Amino acid sequence: MNLASLSAGYLRARPLQTALSLLLLALGAGTIVTLLLVVGQIEGRMGRDARGIDLVVGAKGSPMQLILSGIYHADAPTGNIPLATVQLLQKNRLIKKAIPLALGDGWKGYRIVGAGKEYPEHYGAKLSAGRLHEKSMEAVLGYEVAARTGVGVGGRFTGAHGIGGDGAEHGAMAYTVVGVLKQNGSVLDRLVLTSIESVWQVHEEEQGPQDAQDRKAMEEDRQVTVILVQYASPLAAAMLPRQINSQSELQAGSPAYETARLFRIVGVGVEALRAFAAVLMLAAGLSVFIALYTALEERRYDLAVMRTLGASPARLFGLLLAEGLVLALAGALLGLALGHGLAMALGAWLEAQQQYPVSGLVFRAEEIWVVAVALGVGLVASLVPAWRAYRTDVSRTLAQG
Amino acid sequence: MIAVRNLAHHYEGSQALSLAQWEAAAGSRWLVIGPSGCGKTTLLHILAGLVRPTGGEVSVFHTDICSLKGKAVDAWRGANVGIVLQALHLVAHLSVRDNLRLAQYLARAPQRDADITEALAALGVADKAARRPHELSQGEQQRVAIARAVVNGPKLLLADEPTASLDDAAAARAVKLLMTVAERRKATLVVATHDSRVKQHFSNTLQL
Repeated sequence: MNLASLSAGYLRARPLQTALSLLLLALGAGTIVTLLLVVGQIEGRMGRDARGIDLVVGAKGSPMQLILSGIYHADAPTGNIPLATVQLLQKNRLIKKAIPLALGDGWKGYRIVGAGKEYPEHYGAKLSAGRLHEKSMEAVLGYEVAARTGVGVGGRFTGAHGIGGDGAEHGAMAYTVVGVLKQNGSVLDRLVLTSIESVWQVHEEEQGPQDAQDRKAMEEDRQVTVILVQYASPLAAAMLPRQINSQSELQAGSPAYETARLFRIVGVGVEALRAFAAVLMLAAGLSVFIALYTALEERRYDLAVMRTLGASPARLFGLLLAEGLVLALAGALLGLALGHGLAMALGAWLEAQQQYPVSGLVFRAEEIWVVAVALGVGLVASLVPAWRAYRTDVSRTLAQG
Repeated sequence: MIAVRNLAHHYEGSQALSLAQWEAAAGSRWLVIGPSGCGKTTLLHILAGLVRPTGGEVSVFHTDICSLKGKAVDAWRGANVGIVLQALHLVAHLSVRDNLRLAQYLARAPQRDADITEALAALGVADKAARRPHELSQGEQQRVAIARAVVNGPKLLLADEPTASLDDAAAARAVKLLMTVAERRKATLVVATHDSRVKQHFSNTLQL
């Protein structure tokens, strides 16, 4: 017998109150842990996807939409811009990198991105099989795309218009898979890469039979969807966006600014959940307090008997404190398990939606603080009952019966 | 041995106990009798160090228990005194064995199963070790309470109204059990009671 087993025994003797306290503690801690895991992973992932991209240039529209479609491939593109813009930007000395992307098609819900080799290179992508696309109508699959469709090198597929994957199929033009990327932890995992020319070709073929003149006109009319820009100097941040936005067809969006704005919007919900978790923790503390305090009445003889058996008042104080702490620790551990389980369930759901992957098997240092807060709640809640136990008047209690 | 001199205790102004002189030899068996409210329970609590008397000197086995401070008196009680209460107050959610182990744990005595089994066997309830108190008869519960009081081998065994709610036969058995246990353990036994049926078993009587 020791302090832990003795206090656990008293907790087991009141299963309902103990279960209620545990439930509230676990829900509070679990909500906080889920938030930590999900928000942390999405922020981390979004940061990684936007790394090295200072500006996104695309057609006029909402700048947030431009960022969401251009970097995260999570929204519809704002439209297309002339190919000439690419050459113009590439010549600009304020710009280190300008990566043009041609978007608009999808395959089984994954986006087909027309881009040069500099796009996978930007994310440090490595091949797990095959090679990068070289000729027209060759495609490279991101890790998740290959894993979930089961298509590998040598496979063929046709893209469909629109990013949802349920638009009209470009039936005549089939892509051949020439490579599969290793897991990269970036947006590339969920993309199908091909050359910009392939995207053009697919759409030009749609127009039906053409003579040489038509073809030439179309080639002059070629467009890209967005251009990912990396600055060469900090000066660019002050000059480029204004320069670009002054052109009638173009707009420039800053990933840093727009994602910060996005998190401010989403943040309201996160803050609300955080406040909810805090309320749960408070209720849990109250529940622990009430459970211990009301039990004091029926336990006063036990406490008095413990004194007759040689326990000092300080040990009774410690016993009640230990009950609060054991409860809090168990609640916090349950909460951690619950939080990771919820994050896993959410991750599975997001994965089914082909959205940002979230894992429940990741641990964060902040979780220690969740345990510490729960222990603090348990400690504070048991202080008053512990003090009452400390003050037990043995002689008077025993004289009563 | 126990030596008491000029002992007085008040509860909020009213006299609860007054005892000019009393000595009890080591290993003796004493009956403390008197009407309700004469301070029998208070005397036991003072002897156990649960109550600090408002006046007088109390020496138990050469320890001046009034001078022991704080935790020291609790530790002294755990090591030297066993108490059997009228309402037995076994801990309800602990098994019989764990009720005795609790006594070992709280007295910071070694938690030896053999001691527990021996104490239970001496009182004829070794087979009840795994039971909860409420599964036992009143008589069995009292045996367990006595076993819990003596499991740490106290030199002083105190019993407060051990026969109050028992019929004649059970009362006689309870007193006999206490006597036997005290004898076997060579403990000094002090029983406080207003129950006159118990008198015949004791040669030493303290009238309050």
